[in-house]
Amino acid sequence: MKVNHIGLEVLNYKGARTTLCAGCGHNAISERLIECFYELGVEPWTVAKFSGIGCSSKSPAYFLGLSHGFNSVHGRMPAIATGAILANRNLLGLGVTGDGDTASIGLGQFMHLVRRNMPMIYVIEDNGVYGLTKGQFSATADLGSTLKTGVHNDLPPFDCCALAMRWGATFVARSFSGDKKQLQAILKTAIAHRGLSVVDVISPCVTFNDHEGSTKSYSYVKDHEEVLQELDFVPSFEDISVDIPDGAVMDVRMHDGSHLRIRKLARDFDPTNRQAALTMLESADAKGEVVTGVLYVNTAKPTFIDLLNMVDAPVGTLPQSRTRPPKAALDEVMEELR
Amino acid sequence: MSTLEVSPLAPVSGQTSQPVINDFSIQVATINGSGSQTANTVLMRALFQMGIPVSGKNMFPSNIAGLPTWFTIRASKQGYVGRRKEVDFLVAMNPETAREDVIELASGAAVVYDAPLKLNELRTDLHFYPVPFDKLVAPVCPEPRLRKLVRNMIYDGVLAQLLSIEMEQVRTALVKQFGKRKAKAADMNWGACQAGFDYAAATFTKTDPYRVERMNETAGKIIIDGNSACALGAMFAGVTVVTWYPITPSSSLVESLIGYMKRFRHDPETGKATYAIVQAEDELASIGMALGAGWAGARSMTATAGPGISLMSEFIGLGYYAEMPAVVFNVERVGPSTGLPTRTQQGDILTTAILSHGDTRHPMYFPCSPEECFSMAIEAFDLAERFQTPVFVMTDLDLGMNNWMAGAFQYPEQPIQRGKVLTAEDLQKLGGFARYRDLDGDGVGYRTLPGTNHPAAAYFTRGSGHNDKAQYSERENDYIDNMDRLTHKFETMRQHVPEPVVQIREKAKIGFIAVGTSDYAVREACDQLKSDYDIEASYLRLKAYPFTPHLQDFIRRHERVYVVDQNRDAQLLGLMRLELDAELIAKLRSVTYYGGLPLDARTVTEEVAGQEGK
Repeated sequence: MKVNHIGLEVLNYKGARTTLCAGCGHNAISERLIECFYELGVEPWTVAKFSGIGCSSKSPAYFLGLSHGFNSVHGRMPAIATGAILANRNLLGLGVTGDGDTASIGLGQFMHLVRRNMPMIYVIEDNGVYGLTKGQFSATADLGSTLKTGVHNDLPPFDCCALAMRWGATFVARSFSGDKKQLQAILKTAIAHRGLSVVDVISPCVTFNDHEGSTKSYSYVKDHEEVLQELDFVPSFEDISVDIPDGAVMDVRMHDGSHLRIRKLARDFDPTNRQAALTMLESADAKGEVVTGVLYVNTAKPTFIDLLNMVDAPVGTLPQSRTRPPKAALDEVMEELR
Repeated sequence: MSTLEVSPLAPVSGQTSQPVINDFSIQVATINGSGSQTANTVLMRALFQMGIPVSGKNMFPSNIAGLPTWFTIRASKQGYVGRRKEVDFLVAMNPETAREDVIELASGAAVVYDAPLKLNELRTDLHFYPVPFDKLVAPVCPEPRLRKLVRNMIYDGVLAQLLSIEMEQVRTALVKQFGKRKAKAADMNWGACQAGFDYAAATFTKTDPYRVERMNETAGKIIIDGNSACALGAMFAGVTVVTWYPITPSSSLVESLIGYMKRFRHDPETGKATYAIVQAEDELASIGMALGAGWAGARSMTATAGPGISLMSEFIGLGYYAEMPAVVFNVERVGPSTGLPTRTQQGDILTTAILSHGDTRHPMYFPCSPEECFSMAIEAFDLAERFQTPVFVMTDLDLGMNNWMAGAFQYPEQPIQRGKVLTAEDLQKLGGFARYRDLDGDGVGYRTLPGTNHPAAAYFTRGSGHNDKAQYSERENDYIDNMDRLTHKFETMRQHVPEPVVQIREKAKIGFIAVGTSDYAVREACDQLKSDYDIEASYLRLKAYPFTPHLQDFIRRHERVYVVDQNRDAQLLGLMRLELDAELIAKLRSVTYYGGLPLDARTVTEEVAGQEGK
């Protein structure tokens, strides 16, 4: 049986059988996550999966069955994930959630997660629609798109990538559930990144939002996708010394020693320039393009955990000798209060 | 001299000249933001240092500066530290409220007031002591902009002279209040204090009966507010993740905790923190983070008040159902809605007991003193981890924000109890585990923490229906079995929460039941009922919910039992109704007070005397 470099089979990275619809984009994302964690040889027990409520939030049950998982409450996954990572800074937090969770009920928590640059992965399975409640618009639905019932969307969408970039996330990418190679490279980079990774994956809902008039359908994305770059992720355990290509390729060294290689395609775009990225997204939006690829990467900014200046060991499981001050400390305080 | 235009009256007719020693209350009426807090604290401390039992209560507005505020200091040789309704000594510094404050006084009270207010024109049955504060402050405080802050210290000196408070103790308290770093400010304030003393000594003939005498009732005691006491408890409980959102009256709990943790919870070698404290974006996030941290193995907590409790409702249901530990300090204030944010109430008892939609029950501790804030905080963390559930420590604004005399806290003897957590080694021996299976008959399953290096460690936590292996389930039996186990778990807690304090009077036909800060008024009311109405009353003070069987026993042995509630709807009584048999419920009577001030004994006494037909 084939194993990865820590001796585990791909089976060790799978989860329960999916209960989502056949053809749901979310299932493809689950598959990519399984492949990425397997191929990078991440120890599954170091990962903690988090989700909110919705179809996307059910999906953590369908991958990484050897990792602890937490299907929390609607829109509040960032708080649960933040708390868990505060308790155990060594956890690799993987949030998988939807556009309702992120851009509607949970926009506040999402933005504060972004503002903190909380070190974790935040995957948005973005289909512009509420699936579990049978097909209402979410806040990422594009202006002018229509529901299956013909209802017209009169409000502009939140662009979760633009929000994430502008307010503090340090790895921001957009992908499409149907683009296996690009999504793999992005997810692997997110796993390697230290800081908040926001990965917005357009993931069509085959049941409620895959029709004519939807801008989150398979056909719409295929017709309007503008792929920014060709991405190649080189893990730390692979030999990097070979052929550093010409100037058209940007090499980003990630915190764990792995590399993301970005080959520019049609347009000249530098994903380390946040301002340029925001401008580019705005112009793409005006043209109705779905721009995919790495939008922003910053490997230098401190994370929230860095700022807290905690001891190296997880604080949650420190022994009593380190968490209960000695009697002398209490005596000192009592004396001051006499 | 113009300052003598209004000289104190001769003793009021009918007033006994019998001195009243160590048994009176002083009310200081000022404008908030005027620095009166320092003068009041110094006064309270000076009495404390003279060995006299004392309490101080701040009645302040939800405002930064410019609105009326009252501070009441009660000296009580009998050791009663509850609020006393009657004001014996008024210090009237606020022109806006002075007239009303004076009109409300009982005959024979004394008034120290700012001379230009001419309050002596209002009544003839009071003892008036006019003080020209502005004239006195100018020479001792050359900088005009500081005068507003220093001028209040003058009344400390005046009161010291009038009441025979030892100036040396005032000086000690003042130095303690300002600390070594603000020696200059302390000097200036001391100057003001002395000016007040000298003025009073030179000007007034004492006509009121109130004065103090040294006692020996405060040796070894401390002065602390309940919020700081909770904070110390949390630190010595070994809290590791603290999340919060500022809200009156709980903010100072976490703020003091931050101070203590900075001093005592950094690794001596690296200087790094053995904890995380995070100010969240709102209470939804603060409780979510606390629960996430508890899930991942931390001793986690948050502190809040009514509006925060309402917001936390959904997450608390998750904590109950998915079974995660966290401690929530609920420093109650007056609701509903924004209510009176700076006034006290026990208004969240029912809400908290069954917080969140669906069937839930949450354990609550009811500390009544700083000592209990400290010890119960520690117990609450143990209970939360032992039973894998959110636990509430219910204090209130009176306890949390006021300074209290207290016994020195006892260092915890018991080691920290982390509950049923399986390690990789345990899993190696067991081969696996079922997260929600009741193996020990106490309703509590075994859990693992994320990050546990074992293939059998992982389980999936969810707020949706689940079976005992933590798998998603909508099956009728799985749901019922799980809910019944949670009921059983709650029943088990009855044996692990602190027992009530019971004081039985053999001849008593009636009894009291109360929680938290109602204690002071109820104990004093028991004495008043005996002395004023010849009514004997027993008393049971609950320390926790779930209730223990002592409650039923107590009700059974009395004919009528008065449940004292600091809320309109008799919430504590209501909570008993949910559990007790009809014959016991029939014995319950209600005493409620919900005006926002700390409960006073007289209110309880008169209400019960009335209901008893006296």
